[in-house]
Order: sequence, then structure tokens, then C-alpha cells
Amino acid sequence: MAAPRTLFDKIWDDHLVEMNDDGTALVYIDRHLVHEVTSPQAFEGLRMNGRTVRRTDGTLCVPDHNVPTTPDRFDHIEDEDSRLQLETLDKNAEEFDLPYISMEDTRQGIVHIIGPEQGFTLPGTTVVCGDSHSATHGAFGALAFGIGTSEVEHVLATQTLRMARPKNMRIHVEGDLPPGVTAKDLILNIIGHTGTAGGTGHVIEYTGKAVRDLSMEGRMTLCNMTIEGGARAGLVAPDQTTYDYVMGRPMAPKGGTWEQALTYWQSLPSDDGAKYDKELTINAAEIVPQITWGTSPEDVIPITGTIPDPADTADEGRRAALERSLEYMGLKAGDKIAGAKVDMVFIGSCTNGRIEDMRAAAEIAKGRHVADGVVALVVPGSGLVKHQAEEEGLDVIFTEAGFEWREPGCSMCIAMNPDKVPAGQRCASTSNRNFEGRQGKGGRSHLVSPAMAAAAAVAGHLTDVRDL
Amino acid sequence: MDKFTNLTGTAVPMPLTNIDTDMMVPKQFLKTIKRTGMGKIMFFDARYNEDGSEIPEFVLNQAQYRDAKIIVAGDNFGCGSSREHAPWALLDFGVRCLISTSFADIFSNNCSKNGILLITLPKDVVDDLMQDANQAATLTVDLETQTITRPDGRTVSFETDDSRRHNLLNGIDDIAVTMKQEKAIDRHEARQRTDWPWI
Repeated sequence: MAAPRTLFDKIWDDHLVEMNDDGTALVYIDRHLVHEVTSPQAFEGLRMNGRTVRRTDGTLCVPDHNVPTTPDRFDHIEDEDSRLQLETLDKNAEEFDLPYISMEDTRQGIVHIIGPEQGFTLPGTTVVCGDSHSATHGAFGALAFGIGTSEVEHVLATQTLRMARPKNMRIHVEGDLPPGVTAKDLILNIIGHTGTAGGTGHVIEYTGKAVRDLSMEGRMTLCNMTIEGGARAGLVAPDQTTYDYVMGRPMAPKGGTWEQALTYWQSLPSDDGAKYDKELTINAAEIVPQITWGTSPEDVIPITGTIPDPADTADEGRRAALERSLEYMGLKAGDKIAGAKVDMVFIGSCTNGRIEDMRAAAEIAKGRHVADGVVALVVPGSGLVKHQAEEEGLDVIFTEAGFEWREPGCSMCIAMNPDKVPAGQRCASTSNRNFEGRQGKGGRSHLVSPAMAAAAAVAGHLTDVRDL
Repeated sequence: MDKFTNLTGTAVPMPLTNIDTDMMVPKQFLKTIKRTGMGKIMFFDARYNEDGSEIPEFVLNQAQYRDAKIIVAGDNFGCGSSREHAPWALLDFGVRCLISTSFADIFSNNCSKNGILLITLPKDVVDDLMQDANQAATLTVDLETQTITRPDGRTVSFETDDSRRHNLLNGIDDIAVTMKQEKAIDRHEARQRTDWPWI
């Protein structure tokens, strides 16, 4: 009998085109998502070498990073470089005859939100995109990871990648997440345990009751930030929750093919006794709402906690990084994190821009009002999320509570578009990176869940959502 | 991509841990549709004041490091965003080799596609090389023999993965190599049509 295999092993085996002479593998890529920022040089490379796209039907293009989130974007985009990059994607999609969801399309949104929504992302597939948050798609039991522009060009030309086989890591989350604690808190907590390099070289499979109990939206949040723990890909085995989400999506299999696909997907979960190179167990019941205080996602503490003292860290490079973080963030070691005044709140991004995130934030916003002096943005992750939220009346709840309700895009998560955190201002953000300058030069980011972000908006300071 | 056989040049110290690619190439420079010209904006926010003048304390603005070819870095260098603009900026600045205890995965791949050699070594060895870099010493890196020669003539051995070494030494374009495996790709696609027709 064959040795027991992990979910990752099975996907890998079914995508191995062949082993290369140098010990790397040639791996088939089923799905390639393309956006405007990391693709222009790849298309230019194809043109220069007279190459074409091997599988236009395995490719889907959508603009997201540069698009403004205000309605006037349909008339004119002020920033010339942004406009040029968006126009370049338009032209490349047309020239190479690629499926394209344009900015004007009602389905437009963040690449990692529309892939799942359209049924482009499927269990057991390999999914790549020139964006590190491609890890999101692992929520479906797809092997999904971010690549650079040279690799984007390689996939466009050959539908494959040359790569070394990553190792298996398992993070088992037992028990139940307490009320008010979400998938975002779980992944922040995990990164707090592993550090930002803990997953390097590995694919992380998330298992356990707390993971099983998550919705697809929650699983996407969990897998999305896997890259912040250093692993390029996160995985959750497909189950009924997955099939219910995928069924009926525009690009999902239909009829007899659906049945055939389902049989295959049901064979994917890791076998009993499968071996992992690294394992970590987390007790969900012990997690309280999490928040980052510094400029690395591993700088995470419970909202009830205090800001750590760099003097307690032995490693010199790490201590210097912590000291620099404190100065950049305008915080003092030993202070409580709750109570720090916020200037801005951002609810959105590929981490937390889905319908469930909108609902969680709206639940807090309902009947309350954004505190004086706080600017709070709610940016749905896609046109379909926006539409659904409006059907449910969430837009009205937000606008009545003083939040701004925007058009879909990456928005303030990356600040390549007009949405930015000004220097010195503090932002409670549902995005994924608190790096220096990430949300705008000098901007101070605290990563939190949507409910925590909404709570900060109405309180005017960082606060424990459970106290509201 | 250009071959990498050996390199002699000034080493610059960047001991901070978790230097991310956002820090190397801030978002406003991702709007380019070219690969060139990013050396002067590398580490932009740490390197320049608001008015465009240089911040003298920043290491790359110091005279002895202006022509640095090697970076000795803190742990987990290159984490975060997949932007290949980071290695493009390094190349354009003239850096073709980085030494650290660890590098982030995507950054590491991106460097290998651009002829940049990443060397991973144990902490105590990196600490020694960091001391050399603090003196703006010249290091010689030889990929054939997998050695680094320090200013006092002592050498440090390192290991690289076979495929990356081969590609760097020969300046190989991955796409051209993969295209020669077209028959194997065809076979996989034929299997896909019968076994996984929904893909």
C-alpha cells in the first residue's frame, strides 16, 4: 500500500509534469490570476521573445491595486502612472486575448476575492498570481502561492513553474474560537507564535475543529496571511463548506462534470498517518482579539496586552528592529495598547473585504457613530460583495454611522491609489501588513479584525470589541 | 540574465531583521512598466528626506558604501510583498550578492531569476561577515568554489542549491529551458482532459 500522503502531497503529485535534471520539479499551473502591477514587464518579455500565452483559458486578468475607490474613477484617473499601468493591462489582455474583468465591470474587485467568487479557484488546483497574498486561495484546498514577475512570464508562456518541492507543515487549531474572536485573530495569533520566518520553505495545512468551523470567508482570511508567517502557501482541506461555496459559481464545473470533480475533491484530504516536517498546535479557546503594535506582523499582542520592551530581546538585529518599530509607531514600551487614539480606520482588502467582514463591521457600526476626528473607510473587496452588502442594507448602516462606503479595490492596504494614511496618523486596519509606509509614508498601522476596526472607529481609540 | 561566476566588492551592513520588500521599493515606484532605473530609489524612505536630499546616516549614503556590491543582512531579509522590483532595484544599484541567516521564499526565487546570488550561513558566520561589512571591507565571492574570501585572506565556505548554481553560473533563461519540455507539458494536459476535465 502507498505511503499516507498529505493534502499538499496529493496536489503536488497530480501537478508534477516531470522532474528536471537539476532536482527541481516542473509543476503545472491550472489557474493564473493577473493584475496590473506585476504583469507589464512579463507581457513585455513575451513580446520581445515572440512568445504567446499557452493557456488563455487558465488565465484571468483584473485591475485592483491602482484603482481609485471613489465613483469619479469612471470619468478620470488623476495619477498618470496609475492610469498608464491600468491602460497597459487593458492593452495586454486584448493583445494576448485573455479573459478580462475591467474596472467598469460589476464583477471587478481584488484579484483574490474575484477568483473564488467566479469559481475560477477550485479545490485541488494550482493557483498563482504575481502577488504574495495568492495564499488566500489555499482556503479551497488549492495549492496557491505568490510569484514574481519573471515567474508570471514563465507561467504565461509555459503554464508551468520550475520549483523545489516545499516541505509540509501542519498547524492544528483545536477547540472553539470564543465569541468576538475571528479568523483574523487566529492568524495574527499564529504569526505571533511562528514569527514572520517560521513558515519559510513550507506549505502550511491548517487542521482542527476551529478551522473546520470557519466559513469559506474565514478560511480565506486565515490562508491569506499565511505569507506573513513566511510560508508561501496555506491549505485547508475541502469539505462540505467548500463544495457549498463553489457550487453554481460561473466558472465552477456543472452537471456530470461536477459529480466527477466532487469525487476527486473528496479524495484530497490528508490521509491518516501522513507525515509533516513541522507541527504546531494552538488552543483556539485561549485566543482573545489580537492587534499588532509594531511594523512587522509578528509584533502582535492581545488587545488586553501591553507593548513589549525591546530590552527583553537578546538578539541585536531583532532588538534594533523593535526599537525602530516603537519610534516609528509613536508608542512606549510598557503602555497598554488599548486606548491609543486613532485617526483613521480601514475596513477592506483581500484579507477582510468579503461579505462576512462587511457584516461583522456593520454589526458594530449599527446604531453607533464614528468618533469625531476619525476618518473611516469601508471598501468592499469586489463589485459583487458591494452589491450583496447593499442588498442587505449594510451600506446604509455604514453611511448613517459616518463611515465612507467606497467602490471596490485594494485601497488603503497598499496605498498605490489615492487612499492613504498620512504621516504620523494612526490607523486601525483590517489589512495584512503593518510595514513602515505600507499604508502611506509615515502612516502607523495596527492590524485587527473587521469588528475590532469598527470598534476603534466608534470609540476613537484602539479598544476591545468585547467591551462595547 | 547575466552570468554570476565571481564577484569582488564592498560589503555593506544591514543588520536589521525582517527588512521587507516594501522598504526596498515603496509602493509609489511599483507603477512603472519597466525593469530599469530603480537603483536610485532603492530604500527610498530611509535614504532621502522629504525635499529629496540624502539622509547622511543611511548606510548607502555613506561614501565608503556608495559602490557596495554585497549586502550582509539581518534575518528574514526580503519578506513580504512578491514585488520583483526589489531585485531589479538591487541589480540597478549594483548589488549582486546578499548574505544572511535567512531569506524570504518569494524574494529568493525572484533573485535567482535575476542573476543575484543569495548566500545563507549560520548566525556566527554572518556576524563575522557583518563585522567586515562594518569596516566597508572588500569581499570576494566565488560561486564555482562556493567560497567567500575575507579581507584577511581567510575563507568561508557556503552551499547553494545545485539548480540555482547551475543557472547562475550559466546565465540560463528558464523559459527557454522549459519550452524544450513541451512534450511533457502536452502529456500532462492530455491527462488533464480525461482525468480532470473541469480544469
